[in-house]
Amino acid sequence: MSKVIQGLVFVVDNNIDTDQIIPAEYLTLVPSKPDEYEKLGSYAMIGLPDRFGKFMTEGATKTQYPIIIAGENFGCGSSREHAPIALGASGVEVVVAQSYARIFFRNSTATGELYPWESVEKLCDRFVTGQTATLDFDNNQITNDTTGEVFLLKPLGEVAPVIDAGGLFAYARLTGMIPTKS
Amino acid sequence: MAIMAMTLTEKILARASKQTKVLPGDNIWVNADLLMTHDVCGPGTIGVFKKEFGSDAKVWDQEKVVLIPDHYIFTKDARANRNVDILREFALEQNIKYFYDITDLANFKANPDYKGVCHIALAQEGHTRPGEVLFGTDSHTCNAGAFGEFATGIGNTDAAFVMGTGKLLLKVPATMRFTFDGEMPPYLLAKDLILQVIGDIGVAGANYRALEIDGEAIAQMSMEERMTLCNMAIEAGAKNGVIAPDQTTFDYVQARTTKPFYPLYSDPDSEYYYHKHYDVSKLEPVVAKPHSPDNRATVRECSDVRIDRVYIGSCTGGKITDFINAAQLIKGNQVKVPTYLVPATQKVYNDLFTESIDGLSLAEIFLQAGCIEPASPSCAACLGGPQDTFGRLNEPEVCVSTTNRNFPGRMGNKQGQIYLASPFTAAASALTGKITDPRDFM
Repeated sequence: MSKVIQGLVFVVDNNIDTDQIIPAEYLTLVPSKPDEYEKLGSYAMIGLPDRFGKFMTEGATKTQYPIIIAGENFGCGSSREHAPIALGASGVEVVVAQSYARIFFRNSTATGELYPWESVEKLCDRFVTGQTATLDFDNNQITNDTTGEVFLLKPLGEVAPVIDAGGLFAYARLTGMIPTKS
Repeated sequence: MAIMAMTLTEKILARASKQTKVLPGDNIWVNADLLMTHDVCGPGTIGVFKKEFGSDAKVWDQEKVVLIPDHYIFTKDARANRNVDILREFALEQNIKYFYDITDLANFKANPDYKGVCHIALAQEGHTRPGEVLFGTDSHTCNAGAFGEFATGIGNTDAAFVMGTGKLLLKVPATMRFTFDGEMPPYLLAKDLILQVIGDIGVAGANYRALEIDGEAIAQMSMEERMTLCNMAIEAGAKNGVIAPDQTTFDYVQARTTKPFYPLYSDPDSEYYYHKHYDVSKLEPVVAKPHSPDNRATVRECSDVRIDRVYIGSCTGGKITDFINAAQLIKGNQVKVPTYLVPATQKVYNDLFTESIDGLSLAEIFLQAGCIEPASPSCAACLGGPQDTFGRLNEPEVCVSTTNRNFPGRMGNKQGQIYLASPFTAAASALTGKITDPRDFM
């Protein structure tokens, strides 16, 4: 099964912490409640400094950027699962970062909200917000469609099928680790 | 023998996974001794738990799930209030033994069960015990590593899994060791040591690793100061922070619980990913400048920075020891900027009125100096929170804070500038209106 994601990229840099992804004042929203899940999405990245530009258009519930390009230690800070959920709910499908904070990576996998790809080199200098990229899952690479440059990614390995399934519980059911719900 | 040698973190995880030996990188199923959640992540965790295990599912152990409302308590925000109600309904339905409830928001003292900030409440109520494994839906769960246990923060989905099964799949972290040699100079506090470490290795310097802290200076330290060290392990990206238990640990724990516990220690020939020694006599009071906990500078390098307010509070900086340290410098002086005091727990609040220096209670010392009256115990403005949160940075002000994070917007305003500092440095800065070395008042 070949998988390709193509779309506009939003570019940030190092150490984007969970307070920038979803500030604490929005943590009263409970992600397991469907309407509040959608609301979380509408606030995704609202804590980012203004120099990065607007991730969400005013009043929009979904972002036009399905791909985020970041530097090192993306998602550092708190253990709030609201962070990958806000991104996923906003329509982000993948983050491509040079590295991740441990809990964010784990929460992305456990929720199945987005694919946390790791780049071999730092890519936030090789993309500009608004360019189009194509992420090729089979060949572990991302192409900057504007410049034509191709960059290697580190394989997702065992993480990919968990996210494909929709997260930890769905994967565990699919593979018979836990019983199917009656 | 060396082949069997393990670090403290490895030993705790080996015990919890019923293995004789674990190695860094091993993926193991770990049995939890305790799961803690609070009003911010509890409702979502409960939501996932019910969805995945069924609406009539039972938690794996009613005495091992601890529910602590602490984040958004004293607010008119209806959703925040509802989230505490969700915890209460769940506690009743599941017959949870340890639920530290609050119903009267107008007067926290009318709620004898209400504690306050979860990490300090866990310690004060005897839930932090050597050798155990604690999972919590909060990144500062690593605070409890001060008791010689494995404690780490997890997300809602993982927490829901633990809630239903009592287990979690973990990768064993390699251990980075930091040894503090010598005797602490009187102007240094634990916060200075941990900000030194984070500044040296960076906010991702211990990502995926354990951070073990030891040495002569640590052996002399109180449990509360040890908690300050382990609390901020996550600020270097660590999975956990840990300090081996000793008589200080046993005295603290045994005064609060009769439950058995399991002191474990690193083997002398165990392997470390990294080992660094510090001579504490050569260290300086430091701050973390905006907007990152690793943006370290000595306090004296920042002496021309004018500040708008001082905040003393949170799990890492609102314990009674933190207030005693601040009061020592503030006593008999006047603060020059608004100074906010947020005790971590109800016990800390009460202690402000009973602990004294030269016959004056801490509360009297602070009020005579012009500080704002101590607030109701909670996480308050450490993480911004709803707009009406006490002490929230609603304007782009400069704040010296004893809290643990200073990323953009952390205390509310995106342009706000937060300098993380020890209670000594916070107090000295309150007295001058500029970032000030505590030695100027000693």
